[in-house]
Amino acid sequence: MPEPTTAAVPATPPAPPGAPGRTPPWQTPPGPTPSQTVGPFYGYALPFPGGGDVAPAGHPEAVTVHGYVHDGAGAPVPDALLEFWQGGPGTGLPGSMRRDGVTGGHLGRNGVDFTGFGRIPTDADGHYTLRTLPPGTPAGLPYLSVCVFARGLAHHLYTRVYLAEGHDALLDALEPERRATLVARREEGGTGHRSYRFDIRLQGDGETVFLEFR
Amino acid sequence: MTTQDEISVEIVAAREAYEKGRADGGHAVHHPSRSYAPYRSSVLRHPRQPLVAVDASGDPEAVELSGPVFGATDVTALDSDLTRQHRGEPLGERITVSGRLLDGRGRPLRGQLIELWQANASGRYAHQRDDHPAPLDPNFTGVGRTLTGDDGSYTFTTVKPGAYPWRNHDNAWRPAHIHFSVFGQAFTQRLVTQMYFPGDPLFPYDPILQSVTDASARQRLVAAYDHGLSRPEWSLGYRWDIVLDGPSATWIEEGR
Ligand SMILES: [Fe+2]
Repeated sequence: MPEPTTAAVPATPPAPPGAPGRTPPWQTPPGPTPSQTVGPFYGYALPFPGGGDVAPAGHPEAVTVHGYVHDGAGAPVPDALLEFWQGGPGTGLPGSMRRDGVTGGHLGRNGVDFTGFGRIPTDADGHYTLRTLPPGTPAGLPYLSVCVFARGLAHHLYTRVYLAEGHDALLDALEPERRATLVARREEGGTGHRSYRFDIRLQGDGETVFLEFR
Repeated sequence: MTTQDEISVEIVAAREAYEKGRADGGHAVHHPSRSYAPYRSSVLRHPRQPLVAVDASGDPEAVELSGPVFGATDVTALDSDLTRQHRGEPLGERITVSGRLLDGRGRPLRGQLIELWQANASGRYAHQRDDHPAPLDPNFTGVGRTLTGDDGSYTFTTVKPGAYPWRNHDNAWRPAHIHFSVFGQAFTQRLVTQMYFPGDPLFPYDPILQSVTDASARQRLVAAYDHGLSRPEWSLGYRWDIVLDGPSATWIEEGR
């Protein structure tokens, strides 16, 4: 954008910091935009139908990961939003939240391509259910990455869901009690596909290990 | 119920404690503390254990260093104009909010999804559980989304949201704000935040804005009125750049 000519205009108001055209490209910003809580009213904006159905429909290897989010008093958190990421296709493939070009409404995943991304609001019981494919990672023990948002949480939290125990740089650095908070428990069931229980405790006894990336 | 005066005393105490720490050589803290008692809902919803550090450069293939990809079919043109999603025009002051999405070095983040939601001009959300006795607007839902352009730019057309009461304490009011949800190149760059409007008299009373105890960081949550963005006979313009932190795979490749 060309620099506007302002010479003839008296008392030009100050240029807002970072305005395009007024700062050279790639000037280091003064700092990141701070986080703010997601609040209580994201429910009609962020969740989308099928947000937890990451596995393509009918996929024989699909697994279920489900559980509860609890606060420091052990009460369920009914207004948390969980996002899951486990890697997936790169640029050019359809996303998870496609729109219907005719109605403008929600269309979602195309039912075939795996996007690797899920978004699930906890229900009135503080419960969530994710159906996905078992994660794979280039090296080490596979896991799902989780980002937790909630009313009352000023800045989101990251954690990981490991579907199996094993050698892993992060897990091996933790005390056994804390390590256990990151490993999902395999559930026996007659449904014919694998199911795992993974609870998230925001505070207190059994508090989930949360991560900071540097 | 706690009074505003009591909350304000806590807000000032937290800010002064932070500023004293800075004066004593402490690091700048850009994000709000998760343990910020003036925001009452935070009390039982923050971890007491310290976060466990993951050194991204030690594991450049960590899943978190990439992120979900969104494309042109994830948005429609109407999604970024919140005033055209219904049959009629919404009530309120029509505004344009525009800015750039940047990484920590100021590089534009292109093709990233920005989602937004907000109250209507009367301060009411189109949400089942918002029982503030202000009118709903049948011509305004208050939800939008867009993809950033090649220069990281984004633009939304909407109406200025109203302030609204909440029950954190007695006579608690939120300054007018728009909620933003932003993706970067890496899952570690994920950001959910709120944008405020310049000069709002409610700023000092609001524990959510004040949970950012660093004054210059707090200022980065406030959009700038930009007369050059205002359109004659149509809308007022606000400029707000969004800067994401957190390591990404791209970052590491370039030898940070
Ligand atoms: Fe809000």
